[in-house]
Amino acid sequence: MLALERVGKTYPNGVHALERFSAEIGQGEIVAIIGGSGCGKSTLLRAIAGLDPASTGKVSLDAIAISAPHEKIGIIFQEPRLLPWLSVADNIGFGLSDLPADIRREKVAKALARVGLAEKAKAWPRELSGGQAQRVAIARALVPQPEVLLLDEPFSALDAFTRRDLQDHLLDLWADTRPTLILVTHDVEEAVALADRVLVMRPRPGRLFEAININLARPRDRNSTLFDDFKRHVLTSLDRSLDRTVPDAHGRSDQGAAMWW
Amino acid sequence: MGMTVELPTTGQIEAGTQVAPLARLRRYLRPLLGLLLPLALAAGWELTVWLGFSSGRLVPPPSKVFATIGELARSGELSRHIWVTLWRVASGFALGVIAGTIMGAISGYWGLARRLLDPTVQALRAIPSIAWVPLFILWLGIFETSKVALIAVGVFFPVYLGVMGAILSVDRKIVEVGRIFRLSGPAMIRRILLPAVLPAYVLALRVGLGLGWMFVVAAEFMGASEGLGYLLIDGQQLGKPAQIVAAIVIFAILGKATDWLLEIATAPLLRWQDAFSRQAGGA
Ligand SMILES: Nc1ncnc2c1ncn2[C@@H]1O[C@H](COP(=O)(O)OP(=O)(O)OP(=O)(O)O)[C@@H](O)[C@H]1O
Ligand SMILES: [Mg+2]
Repeated sequence: MLALERVGKTYPNGVHALERFSAEIGQGEIVAIIGGSGCGKSTLLRAIAGLDPASTGKVSLDAIAISAPHEKIGIIFQEPRLLPWLSVADNIGFGLSDLPADIRREKVAKALARVGLAEKAKAWPRELSGGQAQRVAIARALVPQPEVLLLDEPFSALDAFTRRDLQDHLLDLWADTRPTLILVTHDVEEAVALADRVLVMRPRPGRLFEAININLARPRDRNSTLFDDFKRHVLTSLDRSLDRTVPDAHGRSDQGAAMWW
Repeated sequence: MGMTVELPTTGQIEAGTQVAPLARLRRYLRPLLGLLLPLALAAGWELTVWLGFSSGRLVPPPSKVFATIGELARSGELSRHIWVTLWRVASGFALGVIAGTIMGAISGYWGLARRLLDPTVQALRAIPSIAWVPLFILWLGIFETSKVALIAVGVFFPVYLGVMGAILSVDRKIVEVGRIFRLSGPAMIRRILLPAVLPAYVLALRVGLGLGWMFVVAAEFMGASEGLGYLLIDGQQLGKPAQIVAAIVIFAILGKATDWLLEIATAPLLRWQDAFSRQAGGA
């Protein structure tokens, strides 16, 4: 279990980015974090990853405090961040350098096939499309089998089609080993489609505003009315988190968030 | 290119197979285009002298230059001069590269060292390097040491700046990937920093080598008794312009050849960079 206890972050320049953020996230749970720009989502994720440790409070995984990158926690950024001098296969195997070469090769080949890029094994990263590169990044993060995978707007640079495709693909991969997923997103539909729980944050300083459980069976039908209800619920919560007057009609509430979005 | 097309079923494929050899020919011929102007000028000058419009005494025609090169080569003098000059460039280059790499790496990696070291290096860089010549002669004597030192100074600055700049501009986002996978300090340097700075480093080496060739001439002007620079001075003092032009031609050939060797030697390390051009060429 991943426990966040009153996590706070003040940057050296005095920006108070995050305040008393608490949450408990069970093993295998999928949590989406959503909130206005600059409300501390990336800050929170980087604290969990141990990249920029929290200045107050505590992050712990199975009762072990996290203050530096940990082998059981992986992260995927908005950009694929592949190493341009390594082939696709070597990029995926980057985190496996402790293993003997043959085991590493086998794991990489499996991961490549799993993300549907087997024929790209020898390609250079710059020969990939944006979606393919992000698949490689996902494979690289998953191949050491982390218990927790953090994703910071992983699909926001992709077009709508590719995004849908990768969302489904991520769920697929998740089903293999069921790591805990914590996904920062700006896309309400993405949050509702993927998450068991959506955490809405409010800005200045970043705090937890509302936790919304998405009680929808998987696989989820994005066109169902129930799906729409949850979307609306999250949108309304977002609007309130930004201190907007909440419109009564559903349609107008959608619009309010859409305008700000 | 090694693909075999079984049957030219459509006009498109036919057109493709026809265009390919032509495109290949064009690719080989294009660099030759650059030779056209110098060759035409040389031929024109040769003709002018041959027709008697000019004596060609001050500007020797190509035939005379090549005759001079042949003469020098036959007497064994040429290879001696070439080896001496090559040795000077090589040792000066090696020293400059070692010093530039170490100091550039320290300045790039360690902020405090950069603030201590860099202003001094930048100030020294502002001095035209030839201005060191008298001092080097006083300190190190007129023989090899002062020459090698001058060349090393010329090579040092571009390498230092290249290494420092390359380290400073390594993408923080890529370094973070190394942190996520918990690389130790040495592993971070070997697996992230070194490959990331390599392209800029190779470029700095090539600039440094070019400057090395420039400075070897200056170094050999300061009282050498052998070397290609000595051939230049000797040609001037004895009024032998053909010898001067011959030395210049050899300098050009050697400079280009060593640069090319460096490029060839580093190409396998930078394969990932030209992925695009390779793909475009193969398609
Ligand atoms: N390295 C840093 N140094 C100083 N301030 C920072 C730093 N990183 C972020 N901040 C500030 O902290 C606040 C939260 O930033 P953060 O990146 O966590 O927001 P976010 O929710 O991820 O925003 P977005 O949705 O735009 O990505 C912002 O006000 C930002 O300016
Ligand atoms: Mg962010």
